Amino acid sequence: MPLQHFLIFSALLLVIGIYGALTRRNMISILLSIELILNAANINLVAFSKTTSLAPETGQVFAVFMIAMAAAAIAVGLAIILALYRVRNTVLADEVDLMKW
Amino acid sequence: MEPLNFIVKIAIYALMLGSVIAAIGVVTLRNLFYAALALVGVLLGTAGIYIVLHAEFLAAVQVLLYVGSVITLVIFVIMLTQRLTDKSLPQTNRQSLIALAGSLAFLYFLTKTILHTPWPVNPAITQVHVSTADLGSALMGNFVFPFEVISVILLAVLIGAIVIAKKDKES
Repeated sequence: MPLQHFLIFSALLLVIGIYGALTRRNMISILLSIELILNAANINLVAFSKTTSLAPETGQVFAVFMIAMAAAAIAVGLAIILALYRVRNTVLADEVDLMKW
Repeated sequence: MEPLNFIVKIAIYALMLGSVIAAIGVVTLRNLFYAALALVGVLLGTAGIYIVLHAEFLAAVQVLLYVGSVITLVIFVIMLTQRLTDKSLPQTNRQSLIALAGSLAFLYFLTKTILHTPWPVNPAITQVHVSTADLGSALMGNFVFPFEVISVILLAVLIGAIVIAKKDKES
C-alpha cells in the first residue's frame, strides 16, 4: 500500500467534512463534520508515523492526543448546544444570531 | 501467497470506499440519527485503517472512545433536541453549491500536491512494530509534558461542560 493512497483517502474525508461544516444548518451535524475532519488528520498522523517519520511512535502518540482533544471539543460543544436549546429553543446555526451585528 | 495478498488489498480499498460513502452520508442524510449512525461507520472504517497501518492500540482507543462514548453523547443530544429536526426542515443552507465547488477545488489541489510530492519514506520505520508498551513509555518519557497538559485540559472540559449544561436556578 503506497502512502499516497492513505493520504488521498484522508483528503477525501477532510473535504467531505469541510463541505458538511460549511453547509449543514443543524449545529449537531456541524460537530459531526468536525469529527470527520479530525479523523482525517488522525489517519494522516498514523500513516506518516508508519512511513516517513524518524521515530516510529511519535505519530501514534499525537493521534492519541488528538482523539482526547476531539472528545473534549465535542463534549463542550454539545454542552453549549444543550444550554442554547434550553434558552433559545433552536439548534439551527443560522437562527442563533445573538452575537452577530 | 500472491492471491491472498491481492484479496487483502481489495478488502482495504473496499474499506476505504465504504468509509467515504458513509462520510458522504454523514453530511447529506436529512435524519440526524442516521447521520450519527453513518459516522459510526466512518469511525469503524478508520479503526480498520489503523489496523492496516499496524496501530492496533489506536484502533482499540478509536472504537472505545469514539464509537463508545462520543457517539453515545451525540445520539443523546440528538434525542434531546429531536423536536426541531423533523424532516420538513431544510438541513442545508443556501451556500451549498458554492461550498461544493470550493471543496472540490480544494480536493483537486490537495490531490495534485499529494501525488507530486516525493515523500521521503524511511525504510527503517516501515518494519518497526510499535507495541502498546512502546506507546506507554513514549507517553511517560518524551511526551510527558503534553500528556500532563491533556490531563489538565480534560479536567477543565469536565468542569466546563457540567457548568455550561446544567440548569440555571430559577431566580
